[in-house]
Amino acid sequence: MDFWRNQLSGPTNPSVDAAWKDGEPRKGFFTDTSICIGCKACEVACKEWNAIPEDGLDMLSQSYDNTGALGASTWRHVAFVEQSSDRIEQARESGRRLVELGMPSLRSREGSDAVGAPGGSPLGTAATMPQTNGSLAVADVPALPDMRWLMSSDVCKHCTHAACLDVCPTGSLFRSEFGTVVVQDDICNGCGYCVAACPFGVIERRKGDEGHENGKQSHGISIRGSSSASVVDATTSTTQSVGSAHAANSGFANNGEVKNVGIAQKCTLCYDRLGDGQTPACAQACPTTSIKFGDLADMRAAAQERVAQLHGQGFTEARLYGADPNDGVGGTGSVFLLLDEPEVYGLPPDPRVTTADLPDMFRKAGYAALTMMAMAAAAFVRRRP
Amino acid sequence: MQDLSNSDCIVIQGSNMAECHPVAYQWVTEARLKGAKVIHIDPRFTRTSATADKHIPIRAGSDVVLLGAVINHILANDLYFKEYVVSYTNAATIVSDDFRDTEDLEGLFSGYDDQKGSYSQDTWAYATDDGSGDDSAGALGTIGGPAAQHEDGEVASDRAAGHEHGSGGPPLEHARVKRDETLQDPNTVFQILKRHYARYTPEMVRDTCGISVDDFAYLAKAVTENSGRERTTAFVYAVGWTQHTLGAQFIRTAAIVQLLLGNMGRPGGGIMALRGHASIQGSTDIPTLYNILPGYLAMPVAGLHDTWDDYIAAIGSKQQKGFWANADTYAVSFMKSWWGEKATAANSWAYDYLPRLSGAHGTYQTTMAMLDDEVEGYFLLGQNPAVGSAHGRMQRLAMSHLKWLVVRDFAMIESATFWKDGPEIATGELVTEDIDTEVFFLPAAAHTEKSGSFTQTQRMLQWHHQAVTPKGDCRSELQFFHELGQRLRALLADSTDERDRPLLDLTWDYPVDEHGEPDAEAVLAEINGYHLTGDQAGQPLSSFTQMKADGSTSGGCWIYTGVYAGGVNQAANRKPGREQNLTALEWGWAWPANRRILYNRASADPEGNPWSERKKYVWWDADEGRWTGNDVPDFPVTKAPSYRPEPGTGGPDGLAGDDPFIMQADGKGWLFTPKGMLDGPLPSHYEPQESPVRNPLYAQQSNPARKVFPRKDNLWSPSGGEPGSDVYPFVFTTYRLTEHHTAGGMSRWLPYLSELQPEFFCEISPELAQERGLTNGGWATIVSARTAIEARVMVTERMTPLMISGHTVHQIGLPYHWGVGNSAVVSGDAANDLLGVALDPNVQIQESKAGSCDIQPGRRPTGEALLRLVAEYQSRSGTTTETGNQLRTGHPASTPDTMGG
Ligand code: SF4
Ligand code: SF4
Ligand code: SF4
Repeated sequence: MDFWRNQLSGPTNPSVDAAWKDGEPRKGFFTDTSICIGCKACEVACKEWNAIPEDGLDMLSQSYDNTGALGASTWRHVAFVEQSSDRIEQARESGRRLVELGMPSLRSREGSDAVGAPGGSPLGTAATMPQTNGSLAVADVPALPDMRWLMSSDVCKHCTHAACLDVCPTGSLFRSEFGTVVVQDDICNGCGYCVAACPFGVIERRKGDEGHENGKQSHGISIRGSSSASVVDATTSTTQSVGSAHAANSGFANNGEVKNVGIAQKCTLCYDRLGDGQTPACAQACPTTSIKFGDLADMRAAAQERVAQLHGQGFTEARLYGADPNDGVGGTGSVFLLLDEPEVYGLPPDPRVTTADLPDMFRKAGYAALTMMAMAAAAFVRRRP
Repeated sequence: MQDLSNSDCIVIQGSNMAECHPVAYQWVTEARLKGAKVIHIDPRFTRTSATADKHIPIRAGSDVVLLGAVINHILANDLYFKEYVVSYTNAATIVSDDFRDTEDLEGLFSGYDDQKGSYSQDTWAYATDDGSGDDSAGALGTIGGPAAQHEDGEVASDRAAGHEHGSGGPPLEHARVKRDETLQDPNTVFQILKRHYARYTPEMVRDTCGISVDDFAYLAKAVTENSGRERTTAFVYAVGWTQHTLGAQFIRTAAIVQLLLGNMGRPGGGIMALRGHASIQGSTDIPTLYNILPGYLAMPVAGLHDTWDDYIAAIGSKQQKGFWANADTYAVSFMKSWWGEKATAANSWAYDYLPRLSGAHGTYQTTMAMLDDEVEGYFLLGQNPAVGSAHGRMQRLAMSHLKWLVVRDFAMIESATFWKDGPEIATGELVTEDIDTEVFFLPAAAHTEKSGSFTQTQRMLQWHHQAVTPKGDCRSELQFFHELGQRLRALLADSTDERDRPLLDLTWDYPVDEHGEPDAEAVLAEINGYHLTGDQAGQPLSSFTQMKADGSTSGGCWIYTGVYAGGVNQAANRKPGREQNLTALEWGWAWPANRRILYNRASADPEGNPWSERKKYVWWDADEGRWTGNDVPDFPVTKAPSYRPEPGTGGPDGLAGDDPFIMQADGKGWLFTPKGMLDGPLPSHYEPQESPVRNPLYAQQSNPARKVFPRKDNLWSPSGGEPGSDVYPFVFTTYRLTEHHTAGGMSRWLPYLSELQPEFFCEISPELAQERGLTNGGWATIVSARTAIEARVMVTERMTPLMISGHTVHQIGLPYHWGVGNSAVVSGDAANDLLGVALDPNVQIQESKAGSCDIQPGRRPTGEALLRLVAEYQSRSGTTTETGNQLRTGHPASTPDTMGG
């Protein structure tokens, strides 16, 4: 059963599993939130490149975050969290406990020997201290500031075991040669199974105005249309040819029309750019290199190195998220360095691929697969003309 | 800019670098990853503070106290970099016996004229060889030319003379100064400095800035321990320092700290002035200012500089040290570039074609002149004064007096639509039908639609190439002005009027492409300059040292000479950073002469060796007999460190081998400015024009040389515990956010940016929210002595109430990106409407970073009721046109000290 378990939730190479013969090395992100300045360039670059509609001019009164959450029209989202010193102390303490457990990455499970985990540097290990520091940077516990302002740019996790893809009945969601998870808007029928399946709440169907799935959008898109309430007929909304992930730029309507209403949307990890050997738009725009992009193995290594460095400086609050192939989704293609519990950033503490329980289901009910096929068939029937 | 990554400590003060300069901030991030300490000193905890090692909240406008205390700490504890200070600064120079400090004169320096409200700088002069500063035969430090000798501070201020020093210090008559290198003589700059700052103590910082003694100690320790041979500290500032009635002196205070610590001219050191737009540096180098000509040549003043010789003598004396002594070569070449053949030795290079200043013509004086119907027409080019300038109401009312207004912008900004949807239409102060202003909107091309250069904050020109042609009627500025010039010249072609000659005789012949777009490189070539005669006639100059005063060279801006050396557009150099060293001399081109760190001779010790291996940058190669290193040496390249000129030699030849400050008249870094600063030779703390606090240091409340405009439409709240000051008890400060750009013309029309910060808001502390009943997400009305505006409330612990002398001072943060109008994606009240107009005397900048206000829950009234609310506040506070406008103030000893409210 181990093979199956790994196929469903453990460490594996997803692009090989997806039958890419000479796939590229798996690509991914390392988002180091400790150096993020909350400039939101990543949010804007993503919208520009992918021609995603503006989706709301409301002030949310949640610190500097007026975006709210990832969604159909927000593929990068920068969270802003203001904390006072007692919360910082708790974060440092909870992180310290993780370090003591020898787990620099979050919630590692037994057998976590993959991706060169350094085993957690003890507090104040001088070995990772930058030597240029001289007398002023002391390796003991850094003073607790009165407050801090966490900023973190969230994105689709490009899970090793992507529930969205697993449940997609149309094949709209597919695993690319880069090991990323991409949705094709010309194949998606808007069934919404992926939306419920994603353990991170990432993928979403695009809404029109006032929440109507095939109606109007509240505002125009990047090149402002003639009015702020252009009517879009969803049935005529653009249908792209093969590889619709490449179509983002051409699908741009100048008249305030919103394309792909009702269609499931999320980060493509800039599939169109990767195909041309380019860096994703968000990573390229990031001025501080908070978003790093590259081969996932390198990203995981860089993440381990950085967390060890911070631990060495006494910042035990630092921890990794998504770097552990034994977590509930087989590790993610988007690795994060966080400075507090994931919940603080609106991330699930213990994500679990929703199809991980399939083996059990097989044992209990042999018709599980049949059910899935039936679901898929139903979804096809429901596909819009 | 990338040199910041060499710093061991970076103090960001008066700047919110991470938010306003996020791209440049990568070098701070990199420095920090390499172990540098980053300290952010700001009224608010911002995105910069969030990524700094420490945030120190400060009361807006009190920076000179904090930095003055750092100076005191350095001097009192002998922490200055002795060898550097003695050799490279004017610490050892002896100042005239006649000089009197603020300690002696209740907050004034000697030379203050009560009538004029300005200083005469005579007594600040260096002593001469014979020991007296006022000896007419050998007076030093008096104004360096016969005409300028008669100039007083008032005139100098009207021409914002401070700007002229954008590329070096002011002229001195010569450089025979008296020095005491033991620094013991009581009249040495060093001893004067010690006395001047003796009362700037950590306790004074606590009571004035609201900074704890511990936080001060942290700062003092960080900057002093990270300075010296092995380490360097950098300061970074932006308009949080400049936009005060004392703005220029804020920066001077940092300059003194950096000179004492030996951080100027060295890698990872210096003071980084962050500019607010892509080419603001360029717009002072080749100015859009009324008071200077390209390359910081002064604009002539009527009555002072009536002849060419008067003018030349005023901008640089042949007897002073350094490169300003050659000002005549720069000025003649400049005149040749404008008037070509028509500028001859016989007609003093067409000197009479140059306009003369008759007074101050800054943006605010012009606004007031509009209100008096003295200005007929106005061009707005990438500027939105209805939102972006201080006192928005005055700006809009002024524009309604114009006959015509040309707005060149990307979108229908509020300055183009104020006549139909501005706040004064709502209050009934303006009625659309009654406004006679004819508004012309001319759409502008974006930078991707035209070629040209941006000069960024480190004086580096970077070329951008046209990617697409502009759409529709959009045109570049270059094309617009070229064509405007052509049409005006055509209109006047037959004129015999002498006053039309300057326009008709201008060189105005740029090649254009098929769309009529002039060739931007041809303009760059003209700016660079070329030989007019001889073998090399027509060839580009490669350095300003080739310029001649005999009319054989032309050059539009001497400091830019070299940018077109060899006929190659050096600004377009784009060798990637990974293919060269960190200095990256082959990326863009920096003035002067492609130097990246100014005064980099100071990165070596007096003998020419690097101060340390770690901070090696430019040094003397004895074998080769020349200066060498990672940058273009900012020094005569073959002048040995041991070189000593004949006493009295002027110009570059007069520089000794250890005079690194080659643009200063004595070759030294100026701790004390014997000339040039119009409001004092040393920075002293004065309170902002509006302040809840009485100046705890001097009886003099505010800068005695500041520029005030007592008018009914420019009232001020009472300050420092005067009756009525409790009506406007809180401090407000204005600023920008990452998500928007200045007055919003480039961001509020873009949905992607508008959705990130859709509404105008105010940032307040939970304590103030409690005190005034304000709730997060609710509305607040903010009232100043000028107007009232409304904003959504953001309650945040990032705002901290400060204890100032036992009283709580609340500060309110106001981003100023929004404006009232119907054309943008998002709009809202404009924070700058709260501001009044009071100016710094050196550069005529407005005080927009500190003011007084009240805040109340709920939305503001509309229509006439708004005017009534403002008037009610004004009358309750008892403010009149006199309030806040006395330049010279003192308070009787019996009045309780500190503050009221
Ligand atoms: S995060 Fe959600 S949308 Fe992204 S790959 Fe994983 S399951 Fe799919
Ligand atoms: S990888 Fe591309 S699609 Fe995904 S968040 Fe970044 S810019 Fe957007
Ligand atoms: S672009 Fe980079 S620094 Fe800016 S918000 Fe995004 S991740 Fe943070």
